[in-house]
Amino acid sequence: MEPVNNMKTKVVVRHTLTHLFVITLGLFMIYPVIWMIVSSFKPNNMIFSDPGLLPKTVTIENYISGWKGYAGTSFGRFFANSLLMCIVAIIGNLITCSMAAYAFARLKFAGRDFWFAVMMITLMLPAHVTIVPRYILFNTFGWVGSYLPILVPKFLATDAFFIFLLVQFIRSLPKELDEAAIIDGCGKWGVFFRIILPLATPALVTTALFTFLWTWDDFFNHLLYLTRPEIFSVSRALRTFVGDAGAVSNWGGALAMATLSMVPTFILFFALQKYFVQGISTTGIKG
Amino acid sequence: MSKVSGVARFIKRNGAAYAFLTPWLLGFFVLTFYPMAYSLWLGFTNYDFTQPDSTQWIGVGNYLKMFGPVFGLSEFTASTGEAMRVDPYYMKSLSVTFNYVFISVPLKLIFALAIAMLLNQNLRGVPFYRAVYYIPTLLGGSVAIAVLWRKLFEKDGLVNGLLSTFGFTDLPGWITNPEYALWTLILLSVWQFGSSMIIFLAGLKQIPEEYYDAASVDGANNVQQFFAITIPLLSPVILFNLVIQMIGAFQAFTQAYIIGGGRGGVLNSTLFYTLHLYIQGWTYHEMGYASAMAWVLLLVIGALTAMVFKSSDFWVSYGTGE
Repeated sequence: MEPVNNMKTKVVVRHTLTHLFVITLGLFMIYPVIWMIVSSFKPNNMIFSDPGLLPKTVTIENYISGWKGYAGTSFGRFFANSLLMCIVAIIGNLITCSMAAYAFARLKFAGRDFWFAVMMITLMLPAHVTIVPRYILFNTFGWVGSYLPILVPKFLATDAFFIFLLVQFIRSLPKELDEAAIIDGCGKWGVFFRIILPLATPALVTTALFTFLWTWDDFFNHLLYLTRPEIFSVSRALRTFVGDAGAVSNWGGALAMATLSMVPTFILFFALQKYFVQGISTTGIKG
Repeated sequence: MSKVSGVARFIKRNGAAYAFLTPWLLGFFVLTFYPMAYSLWLGFTNYDFTQPDSTQWIGVGNYLKMFGPVFGLSEFTASTGEAMRVDPYYMKSLSVTFNYVFISVPLKLIFALAIAMLLNQNLRGVPFYRAVYYIPTLLGGSVAIAVLWRKLFEKDGLVNGLLSTFGFTDLPGWITNPEYALWTLILLSVWQFGSSMIIFLAGLKQIPEEYYDAASVDGANNVQQFFAITIPLLSPVILFNLVIQMIGAFQAFTQAYIIGGGRGGVLNSTLFYTLHLYIQGWTYHEMGYASAMAWVLLLVIGALTAMVFKSSDFWVSYGTGE
């Protein structure tokens, strides 16, 4: 009996040590984020000097000064702008990416392998190689300074990641269901709306989730196209706290608004955690 | 007649599928294919956004502007007969980006694999730990974190505050010191190892426990098991993570932009390739040059990805482990 007991003790010790190590490292890793949240409630002059997590004085002054925003537009407006953009982007991606995915995953047609290969190549393409002509194009349409350059592409299924994710998911669904529906008189559109879409709900949630995060956190496109303060997104507005060459005058306000900007992300993350894991492990998308 | 019925038959057979594909096809042609062809052409012109009407074909002028310094050029004559100056910062941006990619990606993958292996031993609470370790990745790409990072690594920032409580003195301003500035960005990237970790964790779960048991019976120690079982069986996943992270790292922009306040930092020490491209295209309106830069980026990423795949013949095994 003794060797077995010994081994058990060994495993318990090893697991305890691992727990301790993982917890310590985890705390170390999220310490900056926690510090940021705490510091946003500290008076502006104490943020610099105090690495501690317990503020000596709690104030919401930073939130009041940060909320004022930029050039007379408040953060309330920026949050509304970002939210609206995300909702429209989600609608666009859900409709058009699922349509393309259904065609690739389920329909037989001439040129399918070719177009699928093309789609997979666009997945790897760096955005920069199209960004200049797109900018020139959108500028001739008079769209620079509006949401259209950011939102119209979502209705043209340009986020190939989601097509790929949905193709993978739809392929895993049993084909017999489509066949049964066709025998019952369903057309291709009927199969799409009545069978595929309802069954693909988990993958559609993942698509919506990542569309939200990417649109919310995107900066490059917002920098290019959202040129007026009234239409700034949250991420574009946060940049206004950082002056040229990186000087920041209102650190308190910057940290307060940065903290607020993460609230939607956190809520979605904790509410929909399993969809994150699914999305990442099926396509390797970066969060 | 047979031709007409052929077309009709094609539509009958394929029409529905192409109807489903229409948005994507439209997007592909209008927003990807046409822009790519257009930017390839722009790359051989002196297109200036503020005066597009005076656009001229300048042959490889933009490419000489980039790589001229390699051949010791500082000025050259373009095919239009105009004198052009080389870009003194291009090679700098290229080397900053290479340093960033080749240091941050391996570090990130090593870290991700180490933590994934730590979590892959039937521990309790793995989903919770996984979530905690994913938080930096969840937030890391945002402007908010870039702003925070500036604050952390300033001369009187949090990091120095902590270090001084441990007795360190004469600490530099990490972000304003050209020797360390890039390292703060590398650290920011490595900090976001969460999605690679999740993918490794899923891969590790696929390796049958029996392999390790059999190896233990044969007297293999942990290190031997790691190199003989874990690495070979995980190699497809390593390849996947490597390619994804490498392509992503070449395109990093937001962090460098915010931390440098829209510029390349002190002595251009954080002048990422994409940041330089943005400054050329949108600050100086030299969109022909920016397009040429984008094509070089595409070729660099393409060549490196191809090399990684080519090398995978030697280190990636898709076997069943027999």
